[in-house]
Amino acid sequence: MTGLMVNICLLALLVVIVVMVMRTHRLFAVVVLSGAYSLICAVIFVNLDAVDVAFTEAAVGAGISTVLFLAAMAVLPGTEKQPPRAHTLTSNLAGLVIVVIVGGVLMLAAFDLPAVGDPNAPAQVHVAPRYLVESDEVLHIPNVVTTVLASYRGFDTLGETIVVFTAGLGVFLLLCGATRTARRRMARPEQDQGSGPYEG
Amino acid sequence: MKDNVILRVAAKILFAPIIVFGLYVQFHGDYGPGGGFQAGVIIAAAFILHALVFGLEAGRRLFPLWLNIWLLAAGVLIYGAVGVASMGLNGLFLDYNVLAASPAAGQHVGIILVEFGVGLTVTTVMLLLFHAFAGFSPNAFAEDDIVEGALAQDDIGKGAPDAADGEARQ
Repeated sequence: MTGLMVNICLLALLVVIVVMVMRTHRLFAVVVLSGAYSLICAVIFVNLDAVDVAFTEAAVGAGISTVLFLAAMAVLPGTEKQPPRAHTLTSNLAGLVIVVIVGGVLMLAAFDLPAVGDPNAPAQVHVAPRYLVESDEVLHIPNVVTTVLASYRGFDTLGETIVVFTAGLGVFLLLCGATRTARRRMARPEQDQGSGPYEG
Repeated sequence: MKDNVILRVAAKILFAPIIVFGLYVQFHGDYGPGGGFQAGVIIAAAFILHALVFGLEAGRRLFPLWLNIWLLAAGVLIYGAVGVASMGLNGLFLDYNVLAASPAAGQHVGIILVEFGVGLTVTTVMLLLFHAFAGFSPNAFAEDDIVEGALAQDDIGKGAPDAADGEARQ
């Protein structure tokens, strides 16, 4: 019962944060609020006993993402650009109808989902029992998440690592190529004035 | 931020413990929550904290770009090499059972090596992203930190709070 109340409070907080993100146009506030959103998600994951996921969410979502967004904000204007024309009543209504229909369908579908933690759910009876038993008793690795991630699903993790590698390399090549051109562009007028800290 | 004594001292005190905690998460992933992804982010956070407090240039001197790029590739290569090594020992690709005398010990060795590769790649990717974004503008981090810069931009940009704007539009 306490767990349910805690979850309801946390989910209500998430809704409040989302509304605040939607209503503000200051990017700094949006970045900090999305960090708070991730942190509350991490607390919810802890409440669901998914400690590894919570750890990742807290470190990546609340920590590094916020810092990276702030670093990206250094090159962005502080406020969001206003849309060219204000939303009309009809466009708002159409959006509301679509959201209500999709939300209703999703809630209908959610009734068919197994209950949280149901041991007879299809996801729990396929290969999970073998992993749970084998990881601790045969391999002596108590954290099943690590065994699944690195051993049973080693191919997937290799793919994930390559995705992270490729994404980092792509961003680096794009942005640092731009830096060099930008610096050259920046350096030229400064050289004309005789004080260029960024030449060469 | 270089002139702020409290931040400088706090960053100096925190730097080593953050890295030790990252290594703990990295190599204790078999027994507790954690693993390569989380540890990589935590270790990257230590270097990013250093760069935020002492400036981007100091951060680049501490962790040079060439080393970053090499370690970025090394992480993926370590992961792949474990798979190739297990193939060389008459196993399947990424079949850790053959890496040591007993299958259980082989799994331990394989998982530790693979997680190390993941951690290396994640650390360097996070650092690379941070330096790419923060160093994108030649003036970023030149004088003060991004947070103060963003706040100052906000104050200059729009004096009126945005809530009033939103209500006016509706």
